[in-house]
Parts: sequence; structure tokens; C-alpha cells
Amino acid sequence: MKNVAGLPTRKWSRFEIGFWLLPLIAFFVFPKYLTLGSQILIAGLFALSLDLILGYARIISLGHAAYFGVGAYTAGLLAKYGWGEPISGLAAAATVAAAVGLITSFLVVRGQDLTRLMVTLGIGLMLFEAANQASSITGGVDGLSGVEMRPLFGVFAFGMDGRTAYVYSLAVLFIVFCFARTLVRSPFGLSLRGIREGEKRMPAIGVSVPRKLIVIYTVGAGIAGIAGALLAQTTQFVGIDTLGFPRSAELMIMLVLGGTGYLYGALIGAAVFMVLQDYLANLSAVYWQFWLGLLLVAIVMFARGGLMGGAIALHRRWLRSRT
Amino acid sequence: MAKLLSAERLTAGYGDSIVLEDVSFEVDAGGSLALLGRNGVGKTTLLLTLMGLTRLKSGNLSWEGADIVRLPTFRRAQAGLGWVPQERFMFPSLTVEEHLSVVARPGPWSIARVYQYFPKLEERKQNLGNQLSGGEQQMLAIARALMTNPKLLLLDEPMEGLAPIIVQELLKVIGELVRAGEFAVIVVEQHARLALTLTREAIVLDRGQVVHRSASEELLKHPETLDRLVAVA
Repeated sequence: MKNVAGLPTRKWSRFEIGFWLLPLIAFFVFPKYLTLGSQILIAGLFALSLDLILGYARIISLGHAAYFGVGAYTAGLLAKYGWGEPISGLAAAATVAAAVGLITSFLVVRGQDLTRLMVTLGIGLMLFEAANQASSITGGVDGLSGVEMRPLFGVFAFGMDGRTAYVYSLAVLFIVFCFARTLVRSPFGLSLRGIREGEKRMPAIGVSVPRKLIVIYTVGAGIAGIAGALLAQTTQFVGIDTLGFPRSAELMIMLVLGGTGYLYGALIGAAVFMVLQDYLANLSAVYWQFWLGLLLVAIVMFARGGLMGGAIALHRRWLRSRT
Repeated sequence: MAKLLSAERLTAGYGDSIVLEDVSFEVDAGGSLALLGRNGVGKTTLLLTLMGLTRLKSGNLSWEGADIVRLPTFRRAQAGLGWVPQERFMFPSLTVEEHLSVVARPGPWSIARVYQYFPKLEERKQNLGNQLSGGEQQMLAIARALMTNPKLLLLDEPMEGLAPIIVQELLKVIGELVRAGEFAVIVVEQHARLALTLTREAIVLDRGQVVHRSASEELLKHPETLDRLVAVA
């Protein structure tokens, strides 16, 4: 896309700066919860990748874990067979996941909502079974063990205290978030919103809808791959559940909970989901999903646009009541 | 020199139904054509056919001498067909300025130049697409098409549903644009006289066929012919 004069380059608001201070504060305040913290950051990154394709381009996917799993196995296998350097492993995982995303995108962008739902579901199931079959490589249902990471930058080892994992995950999340934030405000991102709001009319103003969708789907897959790789590297293990349908479904819940199309909604949804899951599972290991289900129904009934949408609506009402 | 657009014996419609039959016309670079007729005679369908959004059953369509019958819609827009649809079609979550930057293509038209013609849009540049009045929406629809740097602007009932004072304002700007001759224009309009004062040539459609063609001035001079062709019986 050509550089277009006059495109607003929006500054970071106080809300955004405050938001990013939270995980930094959490690092010092909750040193015992850094493992959960890393999981939240990784889930947030994964949800962000789905927000790009669902929230911005309205591609409904129930198989996004496919790319998460591809990224996880790529990083895991590299480390297992001697390439334990984290950053290059992350880049390799992103590349492979994006390549798989690009290949499958041609199938995904052809149909409409229901077709896409089925195609993405099918892609997820196929990859899951492929990994299951290839147990000599992937470890099958036992998972891939023997993943050995070298210290980050040759200095910071991935220890049991989870400090390196947390900071590493946070840094990666922030960098990818900045990229996504720039992307959705670019003319390309605007055209995605145009597609979301009037797909049929976009060609008439010179926009090739399939091409834009292929690009964003590939980007989304690559970011999901990074999230998967982060999980593999920080836990030094890859389970076959990284490719499984429940992971795709949970991801959808996180994003809807937080709100689609805001980027921050993905991060908030992932955090709320993971914390609730942790808390409720401690209360009752069996029935925790009941409360999660209730919350989900309440959110979609009473807060349109998830937690972000609800918060924005409340903020607007508050501003109006002051004037 | 090849014509900018030439349509030869177009027969087109939706699915199995035929709306246009055997329609032929040409537009020169910088030219202007009024497309007149009663409600439902196929004026909008003709514009949609030029954009490749109907089913073309037979006929030829060439653009700067090249056949574009098989060209997908987005390529036609990129080649210089700028369509301003009747429904205006705003994006609710994009601001006025974002509407303009999302379609921008290199050429003589920039956001700054568009604002010169439509200063109201500059005042409203941070407003969302669904926070505009009908007149502002129409201005934005035209401005957005200009940002694609068209060689031919297709205006579908630009005055529809607007207050008379807005119509006057818009008419002035469209008149300036048409007379400048930087690009060609096809205007579809229920208010036949408005369209005729804007253009050099006119064709009248009835039941999907061309029933009259002449210079716009000629039709204006013969109101009884005009009434017979376009007035609601």
C-alpha cells in the first residue's frame, strides 16, 4: 500500500499507557504467580491474532489453534533437535505458521460465514490428527518432551521461578501488539474495516476483497504461531492439545468476552478468562465451567461488544451525564 | 483515438431476468452524459453493469480501447471507473478522513484538494460515517470516488432526498467538476432538467432500451419531448 498523506498517526492515550503498566506492576507484586502470568500473556497474544481476523476482517474461525500448534511444534522441535536459541526459534515458528496460514487461507476466504466456520474447523481437525499420527516426530498424545531452551540472549535462563518466561512473553506481546496497532490504523487496516461493514461494495472502490483477507489471515496465523512458540519455549513442552478444538473454542470465548475489534479486548478477555479459570477451578475442579458459561451468556446479553464494548458504553454515559 | 468508454449492444440483468436490452452508447474522455428515464427503466442497472455487478448476457464493453467484459469490479475501479452509488454506502466505524484515505490512489486528487471542493467535510473530518447528514454523506460519497482518481465518474441520483438548499450547493460543485473536464461523468437523475444542465449529451431509457439520444441542450429546448420521455404518466 502506498503511503497516504494525512493518515492519522494516533498517539498512545493515558488509558493505553496505564494498561501496559499493569503487567509490569504485576511482575513485582505477584512474584508467585508469574507462571500464570506468562500463560495469560501468551493467551492474550493468541487472542490478539484471532481479533485481527475476526474482529477486523469478520472471518469466523473455529480452527485457529491449528496455527498456534504449528508454531508450538516448530519451536519445540527446533529446540529438541539442538536449535534452542529462543528468538530465532520464534521467528521460525512465525514463518512456518504464516506459511500454513497462507496455504489454507485460499480455502478460508472463498466462502461465507458458515462455510468458513466449517473449513477452519476442518483444518484444525486435520492438523490435530496429522500430529497424532506422526507420533514418532510429535510424541503424539504424550506430547513433545526434551525441549531444551538456551538462555535468552545467552544470559537469562528459563528457570523455575518463571521470571525470564514472563518478561520474555511480555516483551514479545508488546512488540507484536505495536505492530498490530499500526496495522489496523493503516489504509490496509481501514480497508479491512470497510470489508467488515460492506464486503460487497468494496470492489467498487477498487479493493480486492480476497487479497486483503488472505493477507490478514496469513498475518493472524503467523502471530498465532508466535504465541504457540512462546508456550513451547517457556514451558519446554508441547502437548497435542495445542492443536485441539477446545483451544480454538476457548480462544473464541476469550475474545468475545473481552470484545472483538479493539485489540485490547483480546488481552482483557484472555486475562479475565485465565484468572477466572484458575480461581473457579480451585473452588470446584469439576463444575468451574458452569460459572464461565453463565458469565459468557451474561456478557453477550448485557454488554454488547464484550467487556471493552460495555466499558466504552459506560464511559460514554458517564461523559454525557457530566454535561 | 479510442473512446474512453464504449458500450455496444449491452444486454444485462440479474439471474435469469433481463433488465437492459441492446443498449449502446459512448463517452469521450472529459465528456458528460445524462442518463434519463422514469423509475425502474434500468438506469441504475446500467451503472452496475459498467462496474461489473450484474450479469452481462451479451454485448461489448471497452475502456480506452480494451475489452473489460471479464475484468473484475475492483480492477475496473482501479482502471478509473469511479462509482457513487445511490445508497451512498458509508462505513459506520470509519471517520470522514478515513473514508478518504482508505481508497486513496496516486493521482491529481488528494485529501487537501477534496477539502477545497467540500469544505464541510474538513469541518467534519473526525466524524464517523453514520454521524453525517444526507447532504454530507453525498459529498463524502463523491469525495471518496474522487480519491480513487477516476477517469469516469458515475453519479447515481446524487440529489435524491436532499433539501433544495443542499441540492443547490451540491449542484454548484458538481457543475464545476464537470466543466473542468478533468474526468468524464455519467449522471443518472430523476430531476431530468438538473442532469441536462450539467451535461453535454443525453440518452433516455425506457423499459431497458435507449429510446432517445441527443445533445442535452437540445432536450432542454424541447420540454414537450422531454416530458413525453421522462414524465410520470
